[in-house]
Amino acid sequence: MSLRIVVTVKYVPDATGDRHFADDLTVDRDDVDGLLSELDEYAVEQALQISENSDDDVEITVLTVGPEDAKDALRKALSMGADKAIHVEDDDLHGTDAIGTSLVLAKAIEKAGYDLVISGMASTDGTMGVVPALLAERLGVPQVTLLSEVSVEDGVVKGRRDGDTASEQLEASLPAVVSVTDQSGEARYPSFKGIMAAKKKPVESWDLSDLDIDEDEVGLEGAYTTVDAATERPARTAGTIVKDEGEGGKQLAEFLASQKFI
Amino acid sequence: MAEVLVYVDHVDGAVRKPTLELLTLARRIGDPVAVALGNGAADTAATLAEHGAVKVLTHDASEYAEYLVVPKVDALQAAHEAVSPVAVLVPSSTEGKEIAARLALRLGSGIITDAVDLEAGDEGPVATQSVFAASYTTKSRVTKGTPVITVKPNSAAVESAPAAGAVEALSVTFSEKATGTRITGRTPRESTGRPELTEAAIVVSGGRGVNGAENFSIIEALADELGAAVGASRAAVDAGWYPHTNQVGQTGKSVSPQLYIASGISGAIQHRAGMQTSKTIVAINKDPEAPIFELVDYGVVGDLFDVVPQLTEEIRTRKG
Ligand SMILES: Cc1cc2nc3c(=O)[nH]c(=O)nc-3n(C[C@H](O)[C@H](O)[C@@H](O)COP(=O)(O)OP(=O)(O)OC[C@H]3O[C@@H](n4cnc5c(N)ncnc54)[C@H](O)[C@@H]3O)c2cc1C
Ligand SMILES: Cc1cc2nc3c(=O)[nH]c(=O)nc-3n(C[C@H](O)[C@H](O)[C@H](O)COP(=O)(O)OP(=O)(O)OC[C@H]3O[C@@H](n4cnc5c(N)ncnc54)[C@H](O)[C@@H]3O)c2cc1C
Repeated sequence: MSLRIVVTVKYVPDATGDRHFADDLTVDRDDVDGLLSELDEYAVEQALQISENSDDDVEITVLTVGPEDAKDALRKALSMGADKAIHVEDDDLHGTDAIGTSLVLAKAIEKAGYDLVISGMASTDGTMGVVPALLAERLGVPQVTLLSEVSVEDGVVKGRRDGDTASEQLEASLPAVVSVTDQSGEARYPSFKGIMAAKKKPVESWDLSDLDIDEDEVGLEGAYTTVDAATERPARTAGTIVKDEGEGGKQLAEFLASQKFI
Repeated sequence: MAEVLVYVDHVDGAVRKPTLELLTLARRIGDPVAVALGNGAADTAATLAEHGAVKVLTHDASEYAEYLVVPKVDALQAAHEAVSPVAVLVPSSTEGKEIAARLALRLGSGIITDAVDLEAGDEGPVATQSVFAASYTTKSRVTKGTPVITVKPNSAAVESAPAAGAVEALSVTFSEKATGTRITGRTPRESTGRPELTEAAIVVSGGRGVNGAENFSIIEALADELGAAVGASRAAVDAGWYPHTNQVGQTGKSVSPQLYIASGISGAIQHRAGMQTSKTIVAINKDPEAPIFELVDYGVVGDLFDVVPQLTEEIRTRKG
């Protein structure tokens, strides 16, 4: 038996840098450093663990849709231990929204062949947390999402989903789409050996024509949503800061009272 | 007037506050038609009517409790067919976003998530989003299909606006995919008696500086004095001092209360992402250089073990 896992990984602007919008109100990717969305490291990690715990032949493909630099995200995932990578890159993808992104990912996943798709719980830039559900809907397979624990055995994926009001045990037959949270287990650091090995691993590049997608289905043109305005939040006016010299709690109470909280 | 579908988040008939907020926002765009599913669905009607629902579509079936997400999408799609609304509003919970996304795809519509405000516009509803850890505010619109928009808790005041709230049974045929993901077990969360974190008007949070699970009692004591919910940073959660369900931040809950009090929390970008839209922010930290002080309306540089109990005591005294 063999198990083909596709892990979707997004290349995002570094959250600790100054993220901003370009003139066309899309995310400025030129002036900021990008990296593999940290939450997707957990997805790669779970794929590796499923592989390590399996008697089957497991092949892990990492897939990204993004600009040229998004290859960095693929390299990172390959150096963690994934087997191969697919990069979907096309100028017409600039400004694609969540619906469009899910179309491109779904077509690429189908073309690659899969038994299991693993995604992060949310990207660290758009933070919508919708792509895994959209992929399940498009691929017509079960969604087993937001798992803090995941296992695969005999063609069945099981996991624990910690929701607002309850913690649930989930189960579905493969093929399926899974997303994992940062509670699923710390992601490993690439070893030196892993980094060297990654350089030799195959990275395929596909464009829209390889996926039979028309240019007007994606990009700003094809988007189902539009951003009319993006304004930087004005810097907060400097607050009052006091040093506790024995009365800090009382001073704070005074402030809370002045604001009618007590 | 045009109708707006509002997905009802409820637990056994008890409507959760974010849904009532949605009804306020929905009335800016049209007449709210609420969709309540699962156990206790019909029991939601009185509350929904009181807050502006002109109609309440209900449906109960065991599928809602036994299978993940898809049965609810099937039902909302049926409601969409029955009503032809101008927009669909869903509370921005993790499940709400998944339901909304799948519905949007089926309807050939765009989706906007985590709106913090909503108004009527010439070309359909305009949503305000707060993005990049609240460093930007955007105005967006759905340009194709029926706008599907999820709205964050605390984005509008709950208003009473009595309406008919006529209950109608919704007829739902589940799709083949509805039973794809089985829920084989469920452990309900125990209630602490404190307000729900995302809905609370005041949140008191503790971080690594709290230094131990047992010390969280001083955070809880302050919270109880203020009628607040308790939050925690990921560092405190990872250390096992407080449950993950109370984590505030990018991968925890995002909160937007009237007052947020951070004790022993440095203010990392991932923590800020979950609390930066709070109206008033207060921090207690012994390090004057802690980044959290960049956000505060009022900050105390000091040891939380001195400041927090003194604050709690002072509030108690003032309340008499
Ligand atoms: C600040 C901001 C706000 C936005 N708001 C909206 C909006 O309201 N509506 C809308 O339609 N679009 C919006 N977008 C665009 C949208 O975020 C992206 O098109 C998109 O890639 C999907 O959403 P997400 O990044 O939030 O992914 P999420 O749904 O949060 O991602 C979950 C997982 O899906 C996978 N994934 C997502 N994108 C990719 C990718 N490109 N390549 C590989 N894997 C991927 C990853 O595994 C990721 O962990 C917004 C973008 C930004 C930056
Ligand atoms: C992908 C990802 C997702 C994440 N998601 C989240 C998230 O959702 N939420 C979140 O919070 N973090 C999240 N983090 C972690 C985040 O980066 C920080 O590590 C975390 O917020 C730090 O928590 P802290 O402020 O409690 O701890 P620290 O950064 O260690 O700060 C502790 C603070 O306490 C102060 N202190 C110590 N003792 C005292 C005392 N006696 N009195 C007063 N002050 C004292 C110190 O001066 C210090 O400022 C995430 C990280 C990643 C990579």
